[in-house]
Amino acid sequence: MTVQKLPMVKAINESLRRALASDPKVLVMGEDVGRLGGVFRVTDGLQKEFGDERVLDTPLAESGIVGTAIGLALRGYRPVVEIQFDGFVFPAYDQIVTQLAKMRARSLGKVSLPVVIRIPYGGGIGAVEHHSESPEALFAHVAGLKVVTPSNARDAYWMMQQAVRGDDPVIFFEPKRRYWDKDEVDPGATPLPLHRAAVARPGEDLTLAAYGPMVKVCLDAARAAAEEGRSLEVLDLRSLSPLDFDCVQTSVEKTRRLVTVHEAPVFFGAGAEIAARVTERSFYHLEAPVLRVGGYHSPYPPSRLEDTYLPDLDRVLDAVDRALAY
Amino acid sequence: MTTGTVQFLNHEGELTSHPDHEAEISPDGLRKLYHDMAWSRRMDAEAVTLQRQGELGLWPSLLGQEAAQIGAGHALGAADYVFPSYRDHGIALCRGVDPLDLLRMFRGVTNGGWDPAEKNFHLYTLVIGSQVLHATGYAMGLAKDGSPGAVLTCFGDGATSQGDVSEAFNFAAVYHAPIVFFCQNNQWAISEANERQTRVPLHQRADGFGFPGVRVDGNDVLACLAVTKWALERARSGEGPTLIEAFTYRMGAHTTSDDPLRYRDGEEVAYWNLRDPLARLRTLLEARGWADGAYFDTVAAQCEERAVDLRARLRATPDPDPGDIFAHVHADGHALVDEERARFAAYQATFADAAGRGE
Repeated sequence: MTVQKLPMVKAINESLRRALASDPKVLVMGEDVGRLGGVFRVTDGLQKEFGDERVLDTPLAESGIVGTAIGLALRGYRPVVEIQFDGFVFPAYDQIVTQLAKMRARSLGKVSLPVVIRIPYGGGIGAVEHHSESPEALFAHVAGLKVVTPSNARDAYWMMQQAVRGDDPVIFFEPKRRYWDKDEVDPGATPLPLHRAAVARPGEDLTLAAYGPMVKVCLDAARAAAEEGRSLEVLDLRSLSPLDFDCVQTSVEKTRRLVTVHEAPVFFGAGAEIAARVTERSFYHLEAPVLRVGGYHSPYPPSRLEDTYLPDLDRVLDAVDRALAY
Repeated sequence: MTTGTVQFLNHEGELTSHPDHEAEISPDGLRKLYHDMAWSRRMDAEAVTLQRQGELGLWPSLLGQEAAQIGAGHALGAADYVFPSYRDHGIALCRGVDPLDLLRMFRGVTNGGWDPAEKNFHLYTLVIGSQVLHATGYAMGLAKDGSPGAVLTCFGDGATSQGDVSEAFNFAAVYHAPIVFFCQNNQWAISEANERQTRVPLHQRADGFGFPGVRVDGNDVLACLAVTKWALERARSGEGPTLIEAFTYRMGAHTTSDDPLRYRDGEEVAYWNLRDPLARLRTLLEARGWADGAYFDTVAAQCEERAVDLRARLRATPDPDPGDIFAHVHADGHALVDEERARFAAYQATFADAAGRGE
């Protein structure tokens, strides 16, 4: 396959196809992932190509899906599980936190659980309740899990390759509102290490640290700021656990100012952890406190209010103004 | 469909029969069953004592459930795989797990203790019912592999109230997984009796999921052995899951932290004392002349010797290395864990330096 311009759904689809083709132990399982190809069509055509022994339409029970995936992994399989929507993961939260995350440690390394859990997440698509949430911090807090999220189709392709190839459980958050954004995907490219952040746009005056759906918002904000003569550096973190603090540190020690941006509520969110770490690592480089932009401490609102709830270009630039005012 | 409770050895030590199942009766086989039940009981008693003496943090006693566990344990073939709960010490012994490894877990030396793949016996699971889904997934994997083995998973009456157990029943049925759900209904989930867990006999749950459910006398080792063998054979030959409800009684406390006198009366315990799983087998062996007093004395002496050895080995068990905290969190490493490990080592080193200066 040569370089192609693909939307993120298709990039992940191609990545899963390649994983299924190259390793007979890889399975895809979840609700509606087979015959339908998933409600977002991420797994479109995979069951037809690999059969229902490799691509399993499961009963509608999230704990059951993750619990049986753990058993299959114990038997040597590498299940890639789909949770249909962010807000539906909680019936499986017990299995993920209590079993999946801890089993390797409690077996003193004798057991590995190479399970990837794909979760379409985030808002901005006008969905009904429980279909727009960003629960990533609830997973990043748990030792034993790795938590990653691509922001674009190009990264989604190789990050899924790496997630399936690794021997640890990975929570793979897919920004559903970026599913149909296209990017150039190069299947021949050597995949990067899974947990390495990227400088999505270099700049000098302030760093914006974002991931998943907010990277595009931050890039837009940086372009708008450039018109006013402000040079913003945008980091695409890609991975929340582990988080590439070296990349953040390098950037912040250059720009001396940091604003974190995510859809999830600010309180106890990824931004809080980043702010604390940056303070520890780069205290004397900072010209301003680390500011955080994110969701409010409320349940995700009805979709007619989501444009107000979600961080957008203006809210990012407002925080940029405040940080630069110090 | 099996009718009634399957029993081959009643509480008076007499052999009985059942229309749908058959017991294997041989003097050697019965003596082996008796021996393993006696050892599991003696090992269990030693663990309770060790907890009382502060050597273990906690111990969940199997007292009263020896027939269920040794019966099921003897039904297993080499290729079969067990997903236990946390009271299944008898099955652990049948699988060749060193009892020291069970004790180390309850001493707080490790949260695991043995290599599951080496023993075909998964680690104990403390969160009620979670392992039943893992077992089902493993069985789905066995079927995909065309493996000759089947899965046996253990859980209690309380676990049947968990959604995970019902989800496991359903997944197993839908995928026709080679699995035996072995429910030891010991009638008490800590302080809550059966009527707080279910309005129907537990084996009947299977009906709604589309596979057979059988109740066996859980204090009759012959019934537990025969029915578990039958169910495993069904699983191996592609006939899908079976639910076995081994109806038994938890003679002791839930764990060493529990006080059953707060919620059940002595009359009930006395009733079940008369249904002791070892006593009835001993009666049978003696009545048939398949074992005499000397045999039982020898078994008791062997068990005693092993218990003494177990105690000595446990007390010689060192605490784990503090570095173990970081050792096995991830297979492929994690930058934060590495960072914290390095910081911890540096912090520890400051004590060594201070000690060095003091000399």
